[in-house]
Amino acid sequence: MENKIVQPVITAESLTKKFGHFTATDAITFQVKKGEIFGFLGANGAGKTTAIRMLCGLLMPTSGNASVAGFDVFTQTEEIKKNIGYMSQKFSLYEDLTVKENIRFYGGIYGLSNSGLKEKTEILLSKLKLKNEARHLVKSLPLGWKQKLAFSVALIHEPAIVFLDEPTGGVDPITRRQFWEMIYEAAYCGTTVFVTTHYMDEAEYCDRVSIMVSGKIAVMGTPDALKKGFSVKTMNEVFLKLAR
Amino acid sequence: MRTILFILQKEFLQIFRSKGMLPIIIALPIIQLILLAYAANYEIKNITVDMVDQDHSEWSRRLTHQIFASGYFRLNAVKENIGSAMEDVRSDQADLIVVIPPHFERNLIGNNNEKIQVLINAINGMKAGIASGYIQSILQNFNGNIRMERLHQPAIYPPSPPGIDVTNVYWYNPHLDYKQFMVPGILVVLVTMIGIFLSGINIVREKEIGTMEQLNVTPIKKIHFIIGKLLPFWIIAMAELAFGLIFSWWVFHLSFAGSVGLIFFFAGIYLLVMLGLGLLISSRTETQQQALFITWFFFVVFLLLSGLFTPIESMPLWAQRITLFDPVAWFIKVIRMVLIKGSGWNDIKPYFLIILVFAVVVNISAALAYRKRG
Repeated sequence: MENKIVQPVITAESLTKKFGHFTATDAITFQVKKGEIFGFLGANGAGKTTAIRMLCGLLMPTSGNASVAGFDVFTQTEEIKKNIGYMSQKFSLYEDLTVKENIRFYGGIYGLSNSGLKEKTEILLSKLKLKNEARHLVKSLPLGWKQKLAFSVALIHEPAIVFLDEPTGGVDPITRRQFWEMIYEAAYCGTTVFVTTHYMDEAEYCDRVSIMVSGKIAVMGTPDALKKGFSVKTMNEVFLKLAR
Repeated sequence: MRTILFILQKEFLQIFRSKGMLPIIIALPIIQLILLAYAANYEIKNITVDMVDQDHSEWSRRLTHQIFASGYFRLNAVKENIGSAMEDVRSDQADLIVVIPPHFERNLIGNNNEKIQVLINAINGMKAGIASGYIQSILQNFNGNIRMERLHQPAIYPPSPPGIDVTNVYWYNPHLDYKQFMVPGILVVLVTMIGIFLSGINIVREKEIGTMEQLNVTPIKKIHFIIGKLLPFWIIAMAELAFGLIFSWWVFHLSFAGSVGLIFFFAGIYLLVMLGLGLLISSRTETQQQALFITWFFFVVFLLLSGLFTPIESMPLWAQRITLFDPVAWFIKVIRMVLIKGSGWNDIKPYFLIILVFAVVVNISAALAYRKRG
């Protein structure tokens, strides 16, 4: 995967967010290339979510520069929003709507046409094997299914980049596996995937990872390079060495 | 525009799917109308009276009879002296003592002048005032009767001086039916509740469950979001008003002196004020609990200053000035004017302009307060 197109779709230069005297994200600098799966790791409270929220236009940065899909995070957030998908650690579908209604609603507000909506709904339902559950309330689905549905809905408008904030939290290993297959498929189709996770086995699946410690990016590189650099066998050990 | 339709569709699906919503929309207004219309009763009946008749004459019995024939008073006991009647007042068995002094009849006929004593328990000031008013009018009546009878005996007694008789004619509500007065106000409360509570809570709920953040990363436009969120409750509140009006017409025979269309027109703008307030509160709060608490604060202040339960005219001047900023007070005034008095567009136009200004100010502040980015 290393030899993909080099053009960066996300760039951040000294991107900083302060809440009063507390610096949540401290001058982080990185680039993510098109079609890359970029793992954004760090302990709880390291500043990952703050960084993601700035890139998605949910939070105004304090200083630095960043652009997403070619648009500036300070001034062009609404343009950014047309070009990204987002799935947060908080469950983002409406539990009191059916599977089909959720797809229709999100597709609708992303501006899909009626025929586009119909087509997308069919494709999604058959891909997720949810045809029989289309008219069930999302509430009634198992968590893993909900997460896969949420991911598919985040991709409904075929965005250039998808941000996943701990998408597999609380999900069983089999479903996590299936979830990562979906991530690979999206990346293969050219979607850039920006993902945070606490599972270090998932970090191994990424093309490149960065690990944040107290608001700063401590290391960045391919999982293999990082393991080699710390002379350890797993990403878990890399993480533990840094976090200490 | 299409975005708004998608939001509307989603909102209505959620509103009618939620178990608590339909009872709120149907049962709440009925209960509120019936309960408040009958309970908020300013007509005071069953005032309990202890009679202390120390005269035991024909005239004292006639006075006693007249007091109880009015229907407002209920005899609790006949006492021999004031002391034992006071016991009844202390133990709350009697609201009022009427003392007819000894030689009442003799003085009345002989001196053409006599006093009776009325002692009123004034813990409930309003009740005391009304009771005193009733007693006075009964006494006046009694005096009139005496005068009439005595005019037939001009030889011995000098005729009474001619007096001016005051005859009251109550316009617009000729039978002084307090329900005609209360029910329109209660309808306003109902519409207000839907406007201010449901809209705000609905938006904060999205914040709580996390879907708000999801909406904020979509390219949804602020104005589309606001319209999509508020319009459903505007529609529900207007339907509620229609339902309440029909119900009141059917059950309370509410008078419709003026144009119903005018009421709806005013309500439509009024609701924008309430919905905007709900939106403003929701954009400043993070949880449903916070939003409810703040909304409740506004609601209670609006309600107490609205003139529904206590007339604005009897409030202190500073409070009267505050009521100028109470949209509920304006709407209650207008709905009473139109329904009871039959006021038309020209009469309510100034109030309409006031409420329009409220709507513009509140909604501009709400739109500015609502941000997609923190």
